[in-house]
Amino acid sequence: MNLLGKLTWSAIPFDQPIVMGASGGVILGIAFVLGWVLLKGYVPYLWREWITSVDHKRIGVMYLVLAMLMLLRGFSDAIMMRTQQAVAAGGAQGYLPPEHYDQIFSAHGTIMIFFVAMPMVIGLMNFVVPLQLGIRDVAFPTLNSVSLWLTASGILLTNLSLAIGEFARTGWVAYPPLSELDFSPGVGVDYYLWSLQISGIGTLLTGINFVTTILKTRAPGMGYMRMPVFCWTALAANLMIVAVFPVLTATLAMLLLDRYLGFHFFSVDAGGNPMMYVNLFWVWGHPEVYILALPAYGIFSEVAATFSGKPLFGYRSMVAATMAICILSLTVWLHHFFTMGASANVNAVFGMASMIIGVPTGVKIFNWMFTMYGGRVRFSVPILWTIGFMVTFVFGGLTGVLLALPPVDWQVHNSLFLVAHFHHVIIPSVVFGVFAAYDYWFPKAFGFKLDERWGRPAFWCWFIGFHLAFMPLYVVGLMGMTRRLQHYDVLSWQPWLLVAEAGAVVILAGIVCQIVQLVVSIRGREALRDVTGDPWNGRTLEWSTASPPPAWNFAVLPRVATLDAYWSAKQRAQTAQAEPAQARAYAPIEVPKNSPIGFVNAFFAVVTGFALIWHIWWMAAVGLTGAFAALLVFAFRDQEEVEIPALQIAQFEARHQAEVTP
Amino acid sequence: MRYLLLAVVLIGAAALGGCGEGVLDPKGPIAAAERQILFNSTGIMLAIVIPTMLATLGVAWWFRASNPRARYRPNFDYSGRLELLVWSIPIMTVILVGGVAWVGSYDLDPAKPLASTVKPVRVQVVSLDWKWLFVYPDQGIASVNRLTIPVATPISLELTSSGVMNSFFVPQLAGQIYTMAGMVTRLHLQADHTGSYRGMSSNYSGAGFSDMYFNVDAVPAEQFAQWANAARNNSGPVLDAQTYAELAKPSQAVAPFTYRAVAPGLFGGIVTAEISADDPSLCIPPASPTLRAER
Repeated sequence: MNLLGKLTWSAIPFDQPIVMGASGGVILGIAFVLGWVLLKGYVPYLWREWITSVDHKRIGVMYLVLAMLMLLRGFSDAIMMRTQQAVAAGGAQGYLPPEHYDQIFSAHGTIMIFFVAMPMVIGLMNFVVPLQLGIRDVAFPTLNSVSLWLTASGILLTNLSLAIGEFARTGWVAYPPLSELDFSPGVGVDYYLWSLQISGIGTLLTGINFVTTILKTRAPGMGYMRMPVFCWTALAANLMIVAVFPVLTATLAMLLLDRYLGFHFFSVDAGGNPMMYVNLFWVWGHPEVYILALPAYGIFSEVAATFSGKPLFGYRSMVAATMAICILSLTVWLHHFFTMGASANVNAVFGMASMIIGVPTGVKIFNWMFTMYGGRVRFSVPILWTIGFMVTFVFGGLTGVLLALPPVDWQVHNSLFLVAHFHHVIIPSVVFGVFAAYDYWFPKAFGFKLDERWGRPAFWCWFIGFHLAFMPLYVVGLMGMTRRLQHYDVLSWQPWLLVAEAGAVVILAGIVCQIVQLVVSIRGREALRDVTGDPWNGRTLEWSTASPPPAWNFAVLPRVATLDAYWSAKQRAQTAQAEPAQARAYAPIEVPKNSPIGFVNAFFAVVTGFALIWHIWWMAAVGLTGAFAALLVFAFRDQEEVEIPALQIAQFEARHQAEVTP
Repeated sequence: MRYLLLAVVLIGAAALGGCGEGVLDPKGPIAAAERQILFNSTGIMLAIVIPTMLATLGVAWWFRASNPRARYRPNFDYSGRLELLVWSIPIMTVILVGGVAWVGSYDLDPAKPLASTVKPVRVQVVSLDWKWLFVYPDQGIASVNRLTIPVATPISLELTSSGVMNSFFVPQLAGQIYTMAGMVTRLHLQADHTGSYRGMSSNYSGAGFSDMYFNVDAVPAEQFAQWANAARNNSGPVLDAQTYAELAKPSQAVAPFTYRAVAPGLFGGIVTAEISADDPSLCIPPASPTLRAER
């Protein structure tokens, strides 16, 4: 009986210089940051204001920080893959052996979907939704902190696999039988499974939290048809999370049972059926695409309206289209495996269903166009991302409809055409959307704008780099190049892959611009300061409060009578000029008390996950007991909320008013 | 304008690039029909997509804040006619393309036998780690990593896998189909021209996946018969449970070779897992040099 289970010194890949270099760099980076924080004495501040915070705005920011860091990791994987494929032609094997290359593309997909796109979108929903709804926090603030830290646990476990052991070599979908113990005996698949199980619980809790928040806790007067479109898309996304994340959790649990306890859900023998995994995976997987994309559509709607100085065109259509996509996305998963030999009936029905999603999506594109029509479009950075998205996305949608045609899908499924397609929809929608949101809501979060002089080149680098990187992949896909090739024998593919490599470098330049933009903006924050809380002449309620908003968001909960509530309030204020500001009486506000439970629980989740991955059973027991004990202690807390005295609120409001109207 | 240019360049480049290989250069009726569907539906959609791209850019530019000639309509947020238009354009496009999908799904169903006066040649395909086994039940021979077929003859494929899932794909002849252990999928294809076409696994299956490609040699019918005879009469190995177990062991970049005879019922045995790589009841002889030869 080995106390450390399968864990030995050989788990650390000392013989692989690239891996050791990368993990060494990461460890040094973390050590440097931790050392700096300790030296400067920031630990108590971080603990008090961030780590234990249950404030939705802080949690949102932390989600986005995590996502941006993971974007760097996922992008490093991407550029390594592009470089490998650019050189490994003919007899050449490139610089990455298959066992390493296969981990990289698996990690790239897993990280980009679960640990970049998801925390980006969830972070934005956290920051924006309560402010737009005119409320003080989400329905379950502490649960929200638990969600955040469980996501962070999954991220930590995935990244541990870099230095200790290995990651999955199965692709990010981990189809059995390849991901079964017979074919993947290492810990890589276990890292994948436990990371996703732990962060998946966090995501499901977020879904429950936001569905409750949006359905039950809107500001007085905000009926469904007065809800900002971003909140509608957030509602749709969270309904889908609640509907499909349990499917993923159950599917991965079945694979875990196969791997740990010798079950036969998906094995090739003893009556197992790998096709069932593929089915269930995509029952989650396709709605997941829209869980990511719908909030991005919401962002574009907000940005298009604000920067055109006009209401969103066809609000009701947009809401209908959003909810139509929410439902339809649950009915199309089979298009991910038209090549599995289903009958013509099945393929035809799912092909048609997939195309029908193109209808509400097309409606959205036209409505954004008509939102700009008749407007006064200010070409700030957020609208650049929006227009860049619109013109790029329609073409990505076109190739999507092609893939929904079973006869075409049989010819390009699993090829680089497919890879080009899903990057062509996910990058312009989710990534461009989140970047638009980043530029758009940053002043709300921190009280100063981001520097436009670096924001514009960042956009252009991403936009041009994206096309350079992915258009050639359509071509090689049609030439018959399949995905996940570590090397290839067809020399005529190589020039295209070299162009794609150049595109990845241009995207890298975009990322550098964004990092510089952040640094330059922080250094020049006094010049970029926005004291009004409404730097863009906004329309929705988040712009009606100070930037950054106080812990209680709104001193007095807004009363909503129209769509675009803040816009109409501003219009009314203009017409009813010169009314002297009345001295307001403020009531004390209760805000939820900070709690370390999220962080502590996540600590034990990491311990448990790590123990299970390495079969260290005593440690798993310690982790589970610890998590349970922590929750028990939390359950017996005496105080849930702290009261903010009316005087403090009045002082804050007076200061803010003085800044707005000097 | 830039996007139009981009689209044109892309399509032109794809067409040029695809001249000698791949999906855009079909050599059989199935692949040709699939390419036609690809072209038709791309055409239908480009007719919508390109004007939409241009209109988006045009509207954004004309209504820029600095353009004094553009009329500002701050309350323009609804128009019934425009709503009708924005819903009906995508609906009509989808009905059109959906029709193409519906008809295509039935016409080109991989399990549907090809209409032909020529008697089809049957081939049983097994994907192994990491090579392809092609069994010709009517000829009584088998081939590894090379599929030789008679031209202008329907080929009827039954496919399975020894373990991991793969996908059998010859872009110039037909679309792909998964191979899965314990199951049989079907595919029908035909080559109209003699030649050598690239085939591959297109579903990632592990470390040796990158070398899991093979040639499809489409030869005149007489030559096919000669090839089969030669394979039968040479001194190659016989494919039975034992040699199959040997073949099924993981190996990469295996040079093509043939088996001069095949044990009856072998394919069925593989499908039902009566015959497998790790059957302990089988005594496995030392590897023959042909089997382990690197390409």
